[in-house]
Amino acid sequence: MLIQILLVAFSVFVIWRVVLRFKNKELSLPWFIFWTLFWIAVIVVVVLPQTTEVVASWLGVGRGVDVAIYVSIVILFYLVFRIFIKIQGIEKNITDLTRGKAIREAEVPKKDERE
Amino acid sequence: MKIVAVIPAYNEEKNIERVVRELRPHVSEVVLVDDGSSDATGERANRAGAWVLTHAINRGQGAALATGMKFAVDNLNADIIINYDADGQHSSEEIDAIVKPIMIGRADVVLGSRFLNNNSNVPFFRKIVLKAGIIFSRITSGLKITDTHNGFRAFTGEAAKKIRITQDRMAHASEILDEIGRNNLRYVEVPVTIRYTKESMEKGQSSLNSVRIVWEYFSGKLFK
Repeated sequence: MLIQILLVAFSVFVIWRVVLRFKNKELSLPWFIFWTLFWIAVIVVVVLPQTTEVVASWLGVGRGVDVAIYVSIVILFYLVFRIFIKIQGIEKNITDLTRGKAIREAEVPKKDERE
Repeated sequence: MKIVAVIPAYNEEKNIERVVRELRPHVSEVVLVDDGSSDATGERANRAGAWVLTHAINRGQGAALATGMKFAVDNLNADIIINYDADGQHSSEEIDAIVKPIMIGRADVVLGSRFLNNNSNVPFFRKIVLKAGIIFSRITSGLKITDTHNGFRAFTGEAAKKIRITQDRMAHASEILDEIGRNNLRYVEVPVTIRYTKESMEKGQSSLNSVRIVWEYFSGKLFK
């Protein structure tokens, strides 16, 4: 089916990007392994949808497709959570930098010309 | 006693000179934190005789206050630190009253309250929102006070060192109360007058923003 070809092609494309990022040291080893396995899993599920049925019956979920959707949602939420935490950390760092610079470059009061 | 007033300001060039000049006779130093203003707030405050610390980018009122208080403690060795609004809502004559409980050793923190007397012309809807804020803060901080979101405060230098403001935006008002409770600081409330002018209502916090502040408070708490 066309959708399978498209999804596999897309997954291969993403794996290629992941490898590039890892080579450029933009991605740490644990994340490289995680994303590579993740997209390989996507390919497996797309090519052999029946594999999800095994997981589904094992987990007690009705259909294999449902398992894929549940898992995707859980992963998405987790990633959003991680990004959220990360942004809070970045915000704090920006405030600390801004504060440090403001204090280092404090301007001494000028003599009030009205006095 | 070295009294340092800390004023967080964002685009307040209109009133800032008057506010700084009004304050100066009542305090030893005035520190203005220009929170990334695009107008001449910093320059004018400096000309009027204030120390000026400039946030290169806007970080919010809580962050600006924290910057000013850190500077007042670390660099100016302040004995007493006052928080004061840049928009001219507060009355400089009330400085003496707000500092007094610290002077006589009765408190570590003094909080201004617009509800202890009836001098402030608080608009009706604003009153409802503020009262809701008071109930909210009583629950979260356990402090029994009458006005939780008043920018007019005084701290001893020691108290200011203990209070950690991590809420960069508006939720810092609740956070300061939490910190007072957490550090077991002695606090009193003193009646102050807030002047609600048309201008300050337009420029200041919209009452509807309170929802957002509650959200910031909780998300900051959960993900510290």
